[in-house]
Amino acid sequence: MNVNSLYEKPVLFALAAVVVISVGTLVTTFIPLFLPSTQPVSPLFTPYTAVETEGRDIYIREGCNNCHTQTVRPLRAEVARYGDYSRAEESAWDRPFLWGSRRTGPDLARVGGKYPDAWHYRHMANPQAMFGKSNMPAYAWLAKAKLDTSLTARKVKVLGFGYDEAEVARQLAAFRRTVTAPTWPSAQERSRVTPAALRGELTELDALVAYLQKLGRDLMAAQRAAAGPGTAEAAEKKNPYAGNRTAGEEGEKIFEENCKVCHGEKGAGGFGPKLATTKHKFGGTDADLFTTVSGGRPGGMPSFLQPLGKDRIWKVITYIRRLESESR
Amino acid sequence: MANESEKMYTGDNIVQREMRMTNGTRNDSIVRGFALSSVFWLLIGLVIGLWLAAEMVYPSLNLAPWLAFGRLRVVHTNGLVYGFTLAGIFACSFYMLEKLTRTPLAFPGLAKAQLWLFNIAIALAALSLFAGMNTSKEYAELEWPLDIVVVVLWVMFAVNVMGTLVKRREKQMYVSLWFLVACVVTVAVVYILNNLAIPVSLTKSYSVYAGVNDANVQWWFGHNAVASVFTFPILAMFYYFLPKSTGLPIYSHRLSIIAFWSLVFGYLWTGAHHLMLTPVPEWIQTVALAFSLFLIAPSWASVVNGFYTMNGNWDKMKSNYLVKFFILGITFYGLQTIQGPTQAIRALSAHLHYTEYIPGHVHMGTMGWVTMIITASMYFMMAKISGREVHSVKLANIHFWLILVGQLLFTVTLWIAGIVQGAMWKAVNPDGSLKYTFLDSVAAMYPFWTVRLVGGLLYFAGIAVFAYNLYMTSRPKPGTKWSAAAAARSQAA
Repeated sequence: MNVNSLYEKPVLFALAAVVVISVGTLVTTFIPLFLPSTQPVSPLFTPYTAVETEGRDIYIREGCNNCHTQTVRPLRAEVARYGDYSRAEESAWDRPFLWGSRRTGPDLARVGGKYPDAWHYRHMANPQAMFGKSNMPAYAWLAKAKLDTSLTARKVKVLGFGYDEAEVARQLAAFRRTVTAPTWPSAQERSRVTPAALRGELTELDALVAYLQKLGRDLMAAQRAAAGPGTAEAAEKKNPYAGNRTAGEEGEKIFEENCKVCHGEKGAGGFGPKLATTKHKFGGTDADLFTTVSGGRPGGMPSFLQPLGKDRIWKVITYIRRLESESR
Repeated sequence: MANESEKMYTGDNIVQREMRMTNGTRNDSIVRGFALSSVFWLLIGLVIGLWLAAEMVYPSLNLAPWLAFGRLRVVHTNGLVYGFTLAGIFACSFYMLEKLTRTPLAFPGLAKAQLWLFNIAIALAALSLFAGMNTSKEYAELEWPLDIVVVVLWVMFAVNVMGTLVKRREKQMYVSLWFLVACVVTVAVVYILNNLAIPVSLTKSYSVYAGVNDANVQWWFGHNAVASVFTFPILAMFYYFLPKSTGLPIYSHRLSIIAFWSLVFGYLWTGAHHLMLTPVPEWIQTVALAFSLFLIAPSWASVVNGFYTMNGNWDKMKSNYLVKFFILGITFYGLQTIQGPTQAIRALSAHLHYTEYIPGHVHMGTMGWVTMIITASMYFMMAKISGREVHSVKLANIHFWLILVGQLLFTVTLWIAGIVQGAMWKAVNPDGSLKYTFLDSVAAMYPFWTVRLVGGLLYFAGIAVFAYNLYMTSRPKPGTKWSAAAAARSQAA
């Protein structure tokens, strides 16, 4: 057969093209569909609740994935910034996946539990009020939209989350009771951004925040359980900078950048407890403060050991001591 | 041997034989319709792009839910990929098909229906994306009813391409037609397989793939959408319109054969280079990296073919206003296909991925390569079918310089921005703690984003000049052979 005859037979040519594009497709895309390495399942990672599912769909609708990734790469600085690197198992329930391709904003794979709900309500309503240099759009209107749950049961069924319509209704009702209770820790901030008519209902923002609080939580819970209690930095007991004026000034700068958003101007208090006081929630010794800042505390205090390092944590503590003395 | 080499070069004979044909095609109105639709969606897509660039600097411009960055970015990418580029491909394909087969379109009625359905579909696509109906998978954001419309449109196109090829009077298919067939086949396969989803309502569906597999399928699609929309058909235009506008045959037909098959083979292996250092199995990443580097060869074969075609005739860069579009276009294609594979290298991916470097890379391809080639092809084609010269060579030159400078300002700024951003993200103190907060890295970007906006404005000005110039060229000239022929044809019909 003449080689050139292929260029004289369009149908044969098209078939040849199909064969040629199929090789790479088969090897890199089709066969992997059935490999264990692309679909590992672990009981540590649970499917989304009904509310989280709706929140995830709002995340998709608003195109949050265009600016935020959800995959931490196994790189030193990246793990220090966001938390442990992403595992294949974590995405097992994700249809679609939401790893993203661009970080105009930070990665969100480990954001769950990092901040209290109140932080998210205030931030979503007006990011620039919290971070002047942020370029994130405001999503205040999500708090003004009632959550549409008419499709939730069907969604959960299609996604194969393994619970039925009655369970969906139960979850939605229970979540609504939780967030609308006046005693809920983030109730004040939620009421501030939610119009009066919707304060007793579930809003789109409620669902979105619930979804964000789910991200990475299963992994972190599993790791906490595996590590057991009492793994905090036991060796750090004494502040090497105690009373050091320059260290305190440096600490002030670090505080402004990392702590002020939650603990308020000069530690006056906000989402986080007041720091310009001698009565600290988790204890006031050097060792207590270091343990709190480095390891974080339940209820929204993130761990700062990785991003800040021990040295800067002690400088911040030096500044906090100054705030204490100024408060007297 | 002599006989073989003669056969190898028949590609040039086709173009030369075709050159003796009269102006225009049998279906000028369809070609013109797609060309003007393409320019319309180009203008819309760029205005949205400018708005997005401004939002990066002034977040208060996120004035309404439908104007918020997350929704708008999707309208920008889809509007330009599917609205501008596809319409440009349809226009140029129908033109090249008729010319290179010396046969009228097999199904002109179908092509006309395709023109209408296409514009309705793009308008609906834009509205649905503004409304937030999207699947989140990049460049495959359209929800399932519109996916079906896209597939229908593609089948209509494929039927005309294959039908015309089967009916053709020219024995051999020229290289442009191979790339066209590759485009038809590849888009069909990757689009359908990546968009498989289970609907929960008319406007909402969930991917059939989960997690790692969804990511792997998505970027296999994402990368090959780039191949089959931004590469194959644009190369088809390059291989056709460069010889046509210069009168010079392509340097080596043999080289284009090797380049074609290795390009089409290699592209499909590389999707996972978008997923370096993610939970996708490491071997898939490494295979993607290897094939990404391999792709430099066939990509540069086309670059070499383009440059050597000009050998001894470089004065045409000055004397022929179109040549510089094609030569700069293929140059950016060459730079793009060096830059892309280097980004796949793990160490560089670690630094550059997720930064502004990536939009910088993409925009050199789209603003430099794709748009240079499509706009120049349209000047040539529109002048032929309206039976007149281009409305203004001077305006075409202004268009050229504005989009060249605008694009360079835009892309080079973003590359630098990306390198800075990546460096800030990974800078650590001696004790291993991080040197910069994420917000520090955002604050450092504002000067770059402002310059990018300026680049975008220059580029848009160039495209506005093009749109005007092309529109003026597209009006049939009264009293010419073309308008008489067109009148006779419409009377006969």
